Amino acid sequence: MTVILNEGDAAGTTGAASGGPVDAAPEPGKAMTRGRLVLIRFMRNKLALVGLLVIIGMYLMAFVGPLLSKWSYDTQDYTAFLEPPYSEHIFGTDKIGTDMFALTMRGLQKSLIIGLLVALISTTVAAIVGAAAGYFLGVADKALMWVVDLLLVLPSFLIIAILSPWFRGKSWFLLVLMLAAFQWMITARIVRGMTLTLKEREFVKAAKFMGQPARKIIAKHIVPNMASLLIIDATINVGSAVLAETGLSYFGFGVQSPDVSLGTLIGGNAESATTFPWLFLFPAGFLVVFVLAVNWVGDGLRDALDPTSTRVRRKEKKDTKEKAA
Amino acid sequence: MAGFLLRRLVNYVVLALVATFLAFTLASATFDPIGVLQQRNPPPPAASIEAKKRDLHLDQPIPQRFVTWMGGVVQGDFGRTITDRPITDELGRRIGVSLRLFLLGITIGILFGVLLGVVSAIRQYKFSDYFATLFSFILLSTPVFVLGTLLKMGAQGINDSIGTNVLIFVGETTPGFQGNWFEHLGDRLQHLIVPTLAIALGQIAYYSRYQRSSMLDVLGSDFLRTAQAKGLTRRKALFKHGLRTALIPMATLFAFGFGLLVVGGTFTERIFGWFGMGDWLVTGISAQDTNITATVTLFVAVCVLFSGWLADVLYAALDPRIRVN
Repeated sequence: MTVILNEGDAAGTTGAASGGPVDAAPEPGKAMTRGRLVLIRFMRNKLALVGLLVIIGMYLMAFVGPLLSKWSYDTQDYTAFLEPPYSEHIFGTDKIGTDMFALTMRGLQKSLIIGLLVALISTTVAAIVGAAAGYFLGVADKALMWVVDLLLVLPSFLIIAILSPWFRGKSWFLLVLMLAAFQWMITARIVRGMTLTLKEREFVKAAKFMGQPARKIIAKHIVPNMASLLIIDATINVGSAVLAETGLSYFGFGVQSPDVSLGTLIGGNAESATTFPWLFLFPAGFLVVFVLAVNWVGDGLRDALDPTSTRVRRKEKKDTKEKAA
Repeated sequence: MAGFLLRRLVNYVVLALVATFLAFTLASATFDPIGVLQQRNPPPPAASIEAKKRDLHLDQPIPQRFVTWMGGVVQGDFGRTITDRPITDELGRRIGVSLRLFLLGITIGILFGVLLGVVSAIRQYKFSDYFATLFSFILLSTPVFVLGTLLKMGAQGINDSIGTNVLIFVGETTPGFQGNWFEHLGDRLQHLIVPTLAIALGQIAYYSRYQRSSMLDVLGSDFLRTAQAKGLTRRKALFKHGLRTALIPMATLFAFGFGLLVVGGTFTERIFGWFGMGDWLVTGISAQDTNITATVTLFVAVCVLFSGWLADVLYAALDPRIRVN
């Protein structure tokens, strides 16, 4: 049971992440693995597929785009101040003559890296802490519940904003750690709930009675069984991390100069948005499209990975009904 | 029932106290108001720096400072700002400004969010459902600071095309406005429309998604079929039996929603030049002022506390099982 689940999840992720070919027809006589099923379900969801392409495109653009442009973020064009987009500067220029395309790409780079890192760290922490709390119960468990409740009253935005004078002038990686530190709790609570049911299952008990230490049981038997949840969560977290980062940076509580992120660009140019809209619209557009794409992929993954998800179930019911008719 | 509500209330009060203590401690530990003072040119004399330190109680350990501040709060004195102005003087006006925005925004958000969710659940997979889904997906991916600025640009466009300033998006009232109370009301309304829209749109999107899925769960249930079988019209069955049941899981969300709203309100107030609590938080953190930051946190905590408690009351009112236990 576990083995199949693991295999399925692993195959499903790699397939989804690299956008593997769908048209590889299933070989006759070969049984449908879970990975293949997940892949087919994901590919059937057009929005999720588009989202995935957009995300890949944006990462490529952020890192390759600046190399193709002749302007760089640290050089100024003294013949073009506050010019709207035209052939020379496709995104226009700002008031000191910096090319907006180069600036936007630089901001996009930072925001995308921060989003990815925060999601990876926070999901890992959520898996470990949630599984440990559910497995051992006791103090760790109580503390976790309390912290989640506390976050309801004291939003993480507020805490990080208060702490911002402390990491001003230090590396942006500190911001990544701060964002990750406040994003894992709610997932950890879900993981804890799933651990509570998983640890009563036969294979976990068998492993326990065979003398496996607790950390091995958690790493080998409990966490892999929640892979679907964790993959979905990590995806959604990329989006919310980018939103959290840009929100903080908007007020100057997040990414600090000389670093640039989409948030600092949007915050810096929001005032002049009504008169020089291109300064605001390009960074804002990239932000919205990216988060939208992440949400679509997250939704598609949930439908594909989670057999109890309503959408797939209803759709498949509809399909079988149509076939029957 | 009364016991349940009382227990919840005590739980929330403790949470609010802990949250305020945490915010106060974090702010005291990271803020460096003396450093700001020392950077002045010419540097102030050592004696006045010492006096300032004493004024701000910086010579005391942090827990003692919190007790001093909290002692004042209990008596209605929220301390002084760094610039030595009493916080209490400004507090009432700022709370009024914020609450006007929040309450209107959340009321419209919940009302239309629930309505939109119900409609798209009833008309699942029809055009209106797809449209509502797309609408909320885009809005959920658009952070408030982008949405607010876009609305500002839209309002500017509408004003330009009409030729007069119908939608005003700076400040909450025209300074020095003369007229009777009715004209005052009209003036305030003109200022209120765009910022309220900025808050409400996000809330509508947020609630409608959850309402849709909880309504879908109810639509497939047996009791709804029974209600129709015994002779209720579909409309009556849906609203008397369906909607009420579908609202139960939403009650918990309303509490979460308020925390979200406060953070969103911070951006809205800054973008539209409203001097409310959210604006004060940003000012307080930028000026490294512990008392302002702690006061705003207390306000947020009380708001979340109250809405959480209201959610519990709502929960008890909607779900008879809770009242019986």
